[in-house]
Amino acid sequence: MSKLLEVKDLKVSFNTYNGEVQAVRGVNFDLNKGETLAIVGESGSGKSVTSTTLMGLLPKPQGIIKSGQILFEGEDLVKKSVKEMQKIRGNDIAMVFQDPMSSLNPTMKVGNQIMEGLIKHQNMNRADAKKKATELLELVGIPQPDVRMNQYPHQFSGGMRQRVVIAIALACNPKLLIADEPTTALDVTIQAQILELMKKIQKETNSALIFITHDLGVVANVADRVAVMYAGKVVEVGTVDDIFYNPKHPYTWGLLGSMPTLDSAEEELYAIPGSPPDMLNPPKGDAFAPRNKFALEIDTVMEPPMFKVSDTHYAATWLLHEDAPKIEPPESVKRRMQGFSKMEGEQ
Amino acid sequence: MFRYILQRLFYMLITLFIIATVTFFMMKMLPGSPLSAEDKLSEEQKAIVLEKYGLNDPVPVQYLRYMGGLVKGDLGVSFAFDNTPVTKILMDRMGPSLQLGFQSLLIGSFIGIILGLIAAVFRNGAIDYTSTIIAVLGSSIPNFVFAGILQYVFAVRLEWFPVALWGGFEYSILPTIALMIFPMATAARFIRTEMVDVLNSNFILTARAKGISEVGVVFKHGLRNGLIPLITVIGPMAVSMMTGSMVIEQIFAIPGIGEQFVTSVTLNDYPTIMGTTLLFAFLFVVIILIIDLLYGLIDPRIRVSGGNS
Repeated sequence: MSKLLEVKDLKVSFNTYNGEVQAVRGVNFDLNKGETLAIVGESGSGKSVTSTTLMGLLPKPQGIIKSGQILFEGEDLVKKSVKEMQKIRGNDIAMVFQDPMSSLNPTMKVGNQIMEGLIKHQNMNRADAKKKATELLELVGIPQPDVRMNQYPHQFSGGMRQRVVIAIALACNPKLLIADEPTTALDVTIQAQILELMKKIQKETNSALIFITHDLGVVANVADRVAVMYAGKVVEVGTVDDIFYNPKHPYTWGLLGSMPTLDSAEEELYAIPGSPPDMLNPPKGDAFAPRNKFALEIDTVMEPPMFKVSDTHYAATWLLHEDAPKIEPPESVKRRMQGFSKMEGEQ
Repeated sequence: MFRYILQRLFYMLITLFIIATVTFFMMKMLPGSPLSAEDKLSEEQKAIVLEKYGLNDPVPVQYLRYMGGLVKGDLGVSFAFDNTPVTKILMDRMGPSLQLGFQSLLIGSFIGIILGLIAAVFRNGAIDYTSTIIAVLGSSIPNFVFAGILQYVFAVRLEWFPVALWGGFEYSILPTIALMIFPMATAARFIRTEMVDVLNSNFILTARAKGISEVGVVFKHGLRNGLIPLITVIGPMAVSMMTGSMVIEQIFAIPGIGEQFVTSVTLNDYPTIMGTTLLFAFLFVVIILIIDLLYGLIDPRIRVSGGNS
């Protein structure tokens, strides 16, 4: 399979009045054509910053790419000029944002907002763009697309607006679609519809998808591979099966354990103790160590490298070192893992 | 839409009726009479004049008579300005004030919007601070100070423009500049604040994510959303500008309506006071109607229902 995107040692910082906030501290991952990668992590883990950096939309002048490469079809996006990025954005790489209620321009007709990208990138005239935009609205499942084209965002419900946002992102058949928590702001029934829609469209257009979320339930539903982020780093990466059935990093255990399931009603829901580290002064060693009951002494001194678990599965924890004590995931997480495979079997 | 405007026009009439009534009775409570300052007339002569103008009648009778005339479009005859019909005085005096107000509002808010935009786009930079300083100075220094400086520098020293009086377009330049500083500063402040918010909003990020150029983002997506609060303040400002600035008209010796209004009040020139007040009130309600319609034009969310929703 050919690589569409390779992110190599990406470091992104924000200059604030208090000092430098190291939001992303050396992120590595790659993405094949047509593949779906989920980036998971709690708030502040750097997943959204990573995606805005991919789009070249870091807020200036506070946000700085300290180092690293973003190779998109072999070309480094970090080195691209503003003009060059404008040609790529919306055309080759498109993004779906979190909050559909505020992601659309309230004073512009929905149709025009979809047509804009088409006119800019595909050199379409207004008539062709209008035709294509109407088709897009139909594709994302909006009834009466002709009428809807001439309406304003406030005449749409939240779920419908998110469909419009997806239509905008899909307008130019992007090779890479980045979805930053696209279902978080929607209610649960609509969430499922939007997820189904994204899966369907991805199959039809064969674009690659980076799906950013903190919801592991969503991950199992859409992703091929998963990257777990913590404190600005990818701490574990693998296929969905690797992550759900054979997680190696204690942080991933925590995430899985804190996920409510149908049969978890009797047992207490697990919560990862403590809170994420202050990225103004990231801790020495493993950033997760202070919250990790399995932390080893070396965790406070040295950051763990990525240990290879299998060809598809890597994790950054000293527990995988050959000298480390053999530690099994906690019982509740194990039961959860068995639950997943049972659910899988029933499907 | 048409129905809405009709409805608004009906309310405007009621508003004007109330304003006319309140003004009439308040004016009658003013001490003195139009003849208070006339020392040369004897008491008898005064009585004859008052009788002739119907000022000895009970106030309600005078009120009904005035309103009767008003309905027919008759604003009466001025007591002070050589018995000229009030309508003619207003027509003559309104011209310069309207022209000055219109010019200064248009140019002032245009420059203000540009300043505010630039400040918002390059926020926290040198341009932003400069434009903020201009805005603060412009809204805190009274316009007669600028008027004096302008007269001294451009009329007395450089002799580019006439010092005062009202002749042609060149006479209007200095007073327009003096008057436009306030709307300019106000527009700059409002646009800057609002645009900073707008440019940080999510839909601007969506626009950028489409690959739209920064200029397109600011003008096509930003500006229209940033204009809404400015429109709210520009309405009342437009009225106060077009109804004339007493001070500026005084300094530049412009025969405008502001100057004439003050004179008519000091002279107890009842018909002129009434006429001018009603004209101001009329302008005010009309501009408010225009503003409300403008809101709908700019922001579809506050568009009057009746279209397809």
